[in-house]
Amino acid sequence: MEKEKVITAHQLTKKFGAFTAVDNITFDVEKGEIFGFLGANGAGKTTAMRMLCGLLLPTSGQATVAGFDVYKQNEQIKQNIGYMSQKFSLYEDLTVSENIRFYGGIYGLRDEQIKIKTAQLLKQLHLEDQEKTLVRDLPLGWKQKLAFSIAIVHDPAIVFLDEPTGGVDPITRREFWSLIYEASARGITIFVTTHYMDEAEYCNRVSIMVDGRIDALDAPANLMKTYSATSMDEVFLQLARKAVRTGD
Amino acid sequence: MKAVVVENVIKTYKTKKDVVEALKGVSFSVDKGEIFGIIGPDGAGKTSLFRILTTVLLADSGSASVDGFDVVKDYKQIRHRIGYMPGKFSLYQDLSVQENLEFFATIFDTTIAENYDLVKEIYQQIEPFKDRKAGQLSGGMKQKLALCCALIHKPSVLFLDEPTTGVDAVSRKEFWEMLHKLKLQGITILVSTAYMDEAGLCDRVALIQKGQLLSVDTTKGVISQFKKPLWAVKASEMFRLMNAIKDDPLVESCYPFGQYHHVVFKTGSDNKTHLEQLAKQGNFKDFEVQAIEPDIEDCFMALMKE
Repeated sequence: MEKEKVITAHQLTKKFGAFTAVDNITFDVEKGEIFGFLGANGAGKTTAMRMLCGLLLPTSGQATVAGFDVYKQNEQIKQNIGYMSQKFSLYEDLTVSENIRFYGGIYGLRDEQIKIKTAQLLKQLHLEDQEKTLVRDLPLGWKQKLAFSIAIVHDPAIVFLDEPTGGVDPITRREFWSLIYEASARGITIFVTTHYMDEAEYCNRVSIMVDGRIDALDAPANLMKTYSATSMDEVFLQLARKAVRTGD
Repeated sequence: MKAVVVENVIKTYKTKKDVVEALKGVSFSVDKGEIFGIIGPDGAGKTSLFRILTTVLLADSGSASVDGFDVVKDYKQIRHRIGYMPGKFSLYQDLSVQENLEFFATIFDTTIAENYDLVKEIYQQIEPFKDRKAGQLSGGMKQKLALCCALIHKPSVLFLDEPTTGVDAVSRKEFWEMLHKLKLQGITILVSTAYMDEAGLCDRVALIQKGQLLSVDTTKGVISQFKKPLWAVKASEMFRLMNAIKDDPLVESCYPFGQYHHVVFKTGSDNKTHLEQLAKQGNFKDFEVQAIEPDIEDCFMALMKE
């Protein structure tokens, strides 16, 4: 039986004037899959991700996210996805529980649901004593874990993680990945970009973008076989070094 | 003479609510011509340490010297002799690439021509954009310009605070290649990073966590301190496998590492047989186990728990 597809993209393209940021990309992501979306700075990852999140209209091609069309149903897409990036995720001058309440509200949860979710989430993250702490006073690792948990507070079909884990110690980074595994086991699809190549190896499948195209897409083990490499780092370097484009 | 000496440096920051101990008595020294890595997560104290050594921040106590000059008494001499690339992009955004480089050369009473050899290879990569304003450069190009500006007065010690944060794997690799070429010119380089895999590119490293050094050694030396056997395991259901191993009372730690989990036991005998039995009982398919050498991340995590 074919698995349910949470993302489908067919010849998806975005041009800015004469510049083709995303060049004819085609791929599917299955329900519950952890999908790594890799590429050097400037390869077109962010543009592709913005189209899939319903924030940017494609120039041509088709795509659906959680069953909704990226051209016509971008409002429904926004309601059915979660998003987290390291650059922006939580409000620093709101407390832990205020952030949960705020995002719960934004994602359309009812008051009683928010109450239940808040209790669950605080317990899961061992933050019961920190409920009234301003987010700015939390250590970076806790912020990242909280931001991820809040991004899936409405049980979305899919969550987009844009470089979620920079700068934390190796134990905290792994605790974060445990949360990702748990969410995936619950059926939430994970779409993640990262500069850590060992994290790429945690993904079920990864795609590697070069100059706006997807030049490789497979399970990490298969990619290593195809490129006769011993790590994803080597695979990435082989592909990304072919890039003509430079910069962000 | 050592290029850098740090002795029992303590730095605390007082906020309204509490006192943050950024550096809790840090001591180490760096040899001339070394690439010395300060490796640790955000908040470990790396930037405080760099700011003290570059004379823009005063320690509460302890002492430090750069090229034999005291960071407090002789700060002026130090400022002439060092190059400093802060973590945050700190060039003039509304000056062009060339204007920034000229500005820094002039401040240090030199010219681009005088030390062009040193920056030539890096500068040539951004030269096609020399009339572009620095604020309009891509991340990779900004980083190259900042490095040129930190080098243009031919410093004897170069301080690079997290130069590769947020930079993709290809640019990171290129940046490290540049550093190794600078080392050949006799420049001492102190570089901080949160990427553990960059430790292997340094001559020696200091692992830092919560204001304390966990270890100062060559990468090999750090790894040789890891005493217990380390096992790499994999199976078809990795998450379930991790939980099963973690629940075992004989297991000290189990962490995901790429395609494998790394497992350390509390005691030494028959670990392999034990893991194989665990896999059999848990009905794990495609189970593999092998003994492996630890890497710097294994060591960092083990030291963090001590």
